[in-house]
Amino acid sequence: MTPLSSTDYDAIRLSLQVSVAATLLSLPLGFAVAYLITFVRFRGKIVLEVLVNLPLTLPPVVVGYFLLLLLGKHGWLGSLLNEAGFRIIFTLKAAVIASAVVGFPLLVRSLRIGMETIDPQLINASRTLGARWYDTLLTVILPLSGPGLIAGSSLMFARSLGEFGATIIVAGNIPGVTQTIPLAIYEYASSPTSEKMALSLCLVSVVISVIVLFVHELMARKTARRD
Amino acid sequence: MQLSLTAEKRFGEFNLSTDFTVSGDRIGVFGISGSGKSTLVSILAGLLEPDSGEIVLDGECLFSSKMRINLPPEQRRIAMVFQQHCLFPHLNVKNNLLYGYKRCPAKFRTIDFDALAAVLKLEGLLERGVTNLSGGEKQRVALGRAILANPRLLLMDEPLSALDDSLRFQIIPYLKSVSEHFGIPYLFISHSLLEMRLMTDSVLVFEKGCMVEQATSEQLARSRMGQSQVGYINLLKLGRPSQLNGLFAYPWGASRLLLSVDAERDESMAELSSKDIILFKQHPEAISARNLLQCTVRSLFRSGRKIGVELDCAGTTLIAEVVQDAVDELGITTGSTIFAAIKASAFRILPG
Repeated sequence: MTPLSSTDYDAIRLSLQVSVAATLLSLPLGFAVAYLITFVRFRGKIVLEVLVNLPLTLPPVVVGYFLLLLLGKHGWLGSLLNEAGFRIIFTLKAAVIASAVVGFPLLVRSLRIGMETIDPQLINASRTLGARWYDTLLTVILPLSGPGLIAGSSLMFARSLGEFGATIIVAGNIPGVTQTIPLAIYEYASSPTSEKMALSLCLVSVVISVIVLFVHELMARKTARRD
Repeated sequence: MQLSLTAEKRFGEFNLSTDFTVSGDRIGVFGISGSGKSTLVSILAGLLEPDSGEIVLDGECLFSSKMRINLPPEQRRIAMVFQQHCLFPHLNVKNNLLYGYKRCPAKFRTIDFDALAAVLKLEGLLERGVTNLSGGEKQRVALGRAILANPRLLLMDEPLSALDDSLRFQIIPYLKSVSEHFGIPYLFISHSLLEMRLMTDSVLVFEKGCMVEQATSEQLARSRMGQSQVGYINLLKLGRPSQLNGLFAYPWGASRLLLSVDAERDESMAELSSKDIILFKQHPEAISARNLLQCTVRSLFRSGRKIGVELDCAGTTLIAEVVQDAVDELGITTGSTIFAAIKASAFRILPG
């Protein structure tokens, strides 16, 4: 096996950075959306559900292209940010956003499944004991969403590690800046001489994924035992 | 406690339409499942909004569709004990108990935590997780949690129906004593007439989403005697038994009853169906039934095709049921003397 080069180490570091940032950024919003869908009755809920799940069915390249339209120099959000001095496209921020958008439906789905197992009578009990809705949210729903949070975060993290299509469009494939593991492998694979280099990075990818899944299983078992 | 409630609520086929005013501290809501009891409870607690109506509790309006008032559940100060205990699984016993207490405004906090834990015998359980408690312990914690929220009204929504028979009768004294001890009026919801009689004074009867009758639990039991397969259930308070020729002699008021079962307690409650009492005009020479009581007829009442006979047995009351022909043959009239025979095996001691 060929030893890893410094750009490979950069790619591993960047992949982990992007995955952690995308997961942490999405958690609060994902929790809020899952709460809305599970517990709040409002008009147009189905529209929200469709929008949230859309990135799951769209090809990631399409998601990336829409993000490019939105965040590019001439996009309506991108132009505003550009004026304020923020550049998103072809930076690590873009890679984080792309991963967050693509992984978001998986996070919300797991959180929802977790929240749906909470007995609605517990929420009623909490309200009749004097808790306002946000108090119930923080003291009953959040602690009982533990298994959903763990499942959702690990899925989201794993999905971010593997994100390719949307990332390459909005963040490009710049070694040391936006090149994550999948992008580096892609680059190796497209050159006829770097087959072995690609294999080394593939192995790294497998190791990280196995660790994530192990941690996920261990934490899920721990919470199941506590219940 | 005074409660007046007018409410209309429609979901699909089911329609709740009710209008009543009730006062007292031990109110029952009685009806079979699907009669609208639980809907009523949810509306009162603020968990379900009626389509129209008005709820006034002790002079304060909790809901009014006309005035657009709808107090959220947390501001109503109406606590609930649910059918399933509904304890928070991530909190221990102590923190479950304190959940409502911490959220109750200081000016309403009158119930002392330690006193409550003592009444409900929860002192030894405080640090335990709630998932490891027995069914009866869980329901006691749920009751304590509701009481510690210092509510002005406690709703008990079939709190005993998830428990087995012996636990049911273990919990009843706690339900009664806690609200009496801390002065909290309650609305007790159940489909069991026996529970109504043990727990409540005044009962609202619900059928198909409407309140059809308002009576005392005793009146309700008497009026249903004729349709009930088990008749009227006499509830007898018995003292500590002593053994007598293979049977057990229990003090009952000024009399003594012979039963075939032992209770091994200073006080117990026994059930006796009105169908298991045989009436004689004169003292029979000899009978196999081991209890023969001389009684005075206090009153007669009709329930369906049966006639209930209220008997005064040395100060205590028994209800027997007979048909009209028997009344005529025995010449039963108010004030007449009569003999009641009851087999020793006809009694059932309530577990407790």
